[in-house]
Amino acid sequence: MNLILLSAIWGVIMMFSGLFISNKATSKIIALLGVVVLLIANILDLNGILIINSDFGGMLSFDRFSLLFLTVAVGSLLIYLLLSNKHIIEVGNHPYEYYALIFFIMCGVGLVALYNNLLILFIGIEIISIPLYILTGSDKRNLKSNEAALKYFLMGAFSTGIFLLGIAFIYGGTGSFRLESLVLASNDQLRPFLIIGIVFVLIALSFKVSAAPFHFWTPDVYDGAPTVFTSFMATIVKVALFVGFLNLFSGPFYANYNEWQLSVAVITALTLLIGNITAVFQQSVKRMLAYSSIAQAGFMMFAVFAGNDFAKQGMLLYAAAYCLATIGIFSVLVKMKDFTFDGFNALAKKEPFVAFVLTVCLLSLAGIPLTAGFFAKYFVLAAAVKTGTYLWLVIFAVLMAAISVYYYFRVIQAMYFKEGDGQDIETTPVYKAVLFVVAALIIVLGVLPSSLLNWLTLY
Amino acid sequence: MIALLLILIPLIGGIGLFFVKGEKAAKSLSMFIAAANLGLMITALVTKADTAMHFDAAWLPQLGSSFALKMDGMSLILCLLTTLAYPVIFISTSNNQYKSPHSFYGLMLLAQAGILGVFVAADGLLFYFFWELALIPVYFLCSKWGGERRIAVTFKFFIYTFVGSLLMLVGLLYLYFQTPDLSFALQALYDVKLTTAQQSWLFWLFFIAFAVKMPVFPFHTWQPDAYEESPTAVTMVLSALMVKMGLFAVVRWLIPLFPAAAIQFDNVVIGLSVIGMVYASILAMQQDDIKRLVAYSSIAHIGLMSAALFVNNQSGLEGAIIQFFSHGVNVLGMWIVVDLIEQQFGTRKMSELGGIAQKAPVLTIMLVIVALANVALPLTNAFIGEFLMFNGLFQFNMWYAAAGGLSIILSAVYTLKMIQKVFYGESNATTAGAIDIGWMPKIGLSVIVVAIFIMGVFPKPVFALMNDTVTTVLGIYK
Repeated sequence: MNLILLSAIWGVIMMFSGLFISNKATSKIIALLGVVVLLIANILDLNGILIINSDFGGMLSFDRFSLLFLTVAVGSLLIYLLLSNKHIIEVGNHPYEYYALIFFIMCGVGLVALYNNLLILFIGIEIISIPLYILTGSDKRNLKSNEAALKYFLMGAFSTGIFLLGIAFIYGGTGSFRLESLVLASNDQLRPFLIIGIVFVLIALSFKVSAAPFHFWTPDVYDGAPTVFTSFMATIVKVALFVGFLNLFSGPFYANYNEWQLSVAVITALTLLIGNITAVFQQSVKRMLAYSSIAQAGFMMFAVFAGNDFAKQGMLLYAAAYCLATIGIFSVLVKMKDFTFDGFNALAKKEPFVAFVLTVCLLSLAGIPLTAGFFAKYFVLAAAVKTGTYLWLVIFAVLMAAISVYYYFRVIQAMYFKEGDGQDIETTPVYKAVLFVVAALIIVLGVLPSSLLNWLTLY
Repeated sequence: MIALLLILIPLIGGIGLFFVKGEKAAKSLSMFIAAANLGLMITALVTKADTAMHFDAAWLPQLGSSFALKMDGMSLILCLLTTLAYPVIFISTSNNQYKSPHSFYGLMLLAQAGILGVFVAADGLLFYFFWELALIPVYFLCSKWGGERRIAVTFKFFIYTFVGSLLMLVGLLYLYFQTPDLSFALQALYDVKLTTAQQSWLFWLFFIAFAVKMPVFPFHTWQPDAYEESPTAVTMVLSALMVKMGLFAVVRWLIPLFPAAAIQFDNVVIGLSVIGMVYASILAMQQDDIKRLVAYSSIAHIGLMSAALFVNNQSGLEGAIIQFFSHGVNVLGMWIVVDLIEQQFGTRKMSELGGIAQKAPVLTIMLVIVALANVALPLTNAFIGEFLMFNGLFQFNMWYAAAGGLSIILSAVYTLKMIQKVFYGESNATTAGAIDIGWMPKIGLSVIVVAIFIMGVFPKPVFALMNDTVTTVLGIYK
């Protein structure tokens, strides 16, 4: 609750400070301060200390899983800002507005994680989406950025329509938007409405999390958007939408598990296949990361598919592992001029520490043991194995994970084993220190995932 | 406790080495760490205290996984091999120069930590962890310090093994959900009651992982390339130690977990192994590069071991386990000689070498002993193992033994041909200035030769050591 309020307020503060402060650099200090406030507020929330103790007439619900996820999201945001502050300011002339939009998105993230009513979910997704359209097009003089924004907006608006249609059908079937009233007895004549509604919602949410076959916008948008914002929308926003997705399907829709299970399984398999296979053929690391984010979405779909306790733990770990690693990689990428794989040649010679952290991040994305990515994949796959059905899907997923090694390791090979001069990367001590924290967190979560998961069951 | 220290010493030492400056310091420190670990291992063998062999600490209680280590007889044999091999490798290759030596030796030690972890882990998830942990340093070692085609070749190796281990992970997960109280503990996994149908597909998920590592035909295609392109010190680790991970895992995990499937598919596995033996031997005869020759001969030897593991009798199992050690020692000796030749003459082609024996008598004597052990001459260590394995194979099916015997004859052919071409005959421009080996390689090779003879004449302690493993595995079969 604290998060939703404070992020909205801080967004407004950011916007107004833009009016009164002309110094661009000040914006990042205010923004950082805001994120620290959000983080503290959220940890307080986790411990039951609230600014306003209200669930707004049952519109919101506060379970530990969602609150803990929000802490992970805000923590990732802090790391993201610390690593990429400089580049956000460099995007254009309106840094205060960019930061304001990011805070508004965080407000939406809060709603998407804590909703207890389909309308709140809808509003949350829209609050996330509209600022994202703007951020995508924020590099105003770049045609690619404009194209990406328009594409994203048109497709996003279309999927929003489908989402609303789904909600309407569900309302028609159950007469309610409240999650706890969305369950119908299997002999109820209105059940087809509910099922149709679930299908539409499934399609719309698959679009939002870029699951295949609704992923076509992703590579273009991620590639066209300013790199620093790609990093943000590919990580924090994406996992937040997944948490909303998971809460819906492991909650009220779980009663209809048999109806949607196969569809989700097929979406999962397609997402894994398309994401991984296409990523193999990319020449640009940025585009590779776009496809890799589709591939990773395939693994997160496993959590939705399974919907059990393992799935929630897995989703949480996945959120942390995926955000940390991807933010880490993008923070290096944004400093490079050459986005091709060859651009990474001999980086290890020039910047051994940065190369090391990048390696840890890539190993984590590939799911190698001792990194957070391993346990993230482990938990979501375990969740699927636990359901006892569709074992072929799990075997298929691990084969796809092996393919993903191919394109992640290409970067490692370029950095360590190829000859070259290595691009210049500007680094500051703070930047390196934060990178160190990223690597350390990935390894700690990779050895002791319980250090995060224990918080789920505390109290 | 010693089980834990065995892993920790190379792990911490390996990480520490990354921060060491200077080649000399890196070399002596890594040597010291390897020697310390060997000392520790010998202490474990001498005391045989129960507390030394076991270790158990909470790791992931929610998952039912603990940091449980257990050394049984077979683990002890393989840990001894690993801890013995490292000082020998470091001594024999101490004249080699590496770019950024501190990373090289650091990664070598990290690989040792992973390999030792595989041999002592008594928890499914922990085993998987070490299985992968051993692979990552080797990947970097081969890709960074290998030959010309190193990147592509090592990558193939990595992907092969990674696919295998992921399939094993799926199998492990399935098994885990069958345990009554969700546990990864070795004993809990042993106790799971599976139907024959479940066993038969889980068996393959695990077997592919192990078969790639060994490697068994037709999963072997990564191996000759990887052996050829890796720096020889790493090839030694790969072929003397890492292939043992696959064989070890069959005895420790595969057969006890799925005994019914192991009997059901014994003909398939033994058939593949025997095909691999003959096929690899024929290929070995065609090679001009001695490194590739040893690589193929290694596939042939591994084939015999993997066949012997599935014959389901005492003779085969005992022979295989003793051969784990013997093969490790012998192949290490072969690689040391190969490395010495390559370092001195800059070529590994038999056609370009010849007549070294007159100039380098010590090297020649050492090689002849190692090579004769490699073809399993009586009085050498390999004789006992191969005799028992053939005995076991014969009891299982005479024709397999006959086909396998063919590969032994072929191994004598190509090994002796190699000695003849490289060491005898006329010397040429490349080998005219040959000099004998220095003190360091002499020490390394002497250790090997001594081990060959001791094991060949007095193998009884090793049999006594493996007794508990053999009893357990054969008990589960029944």
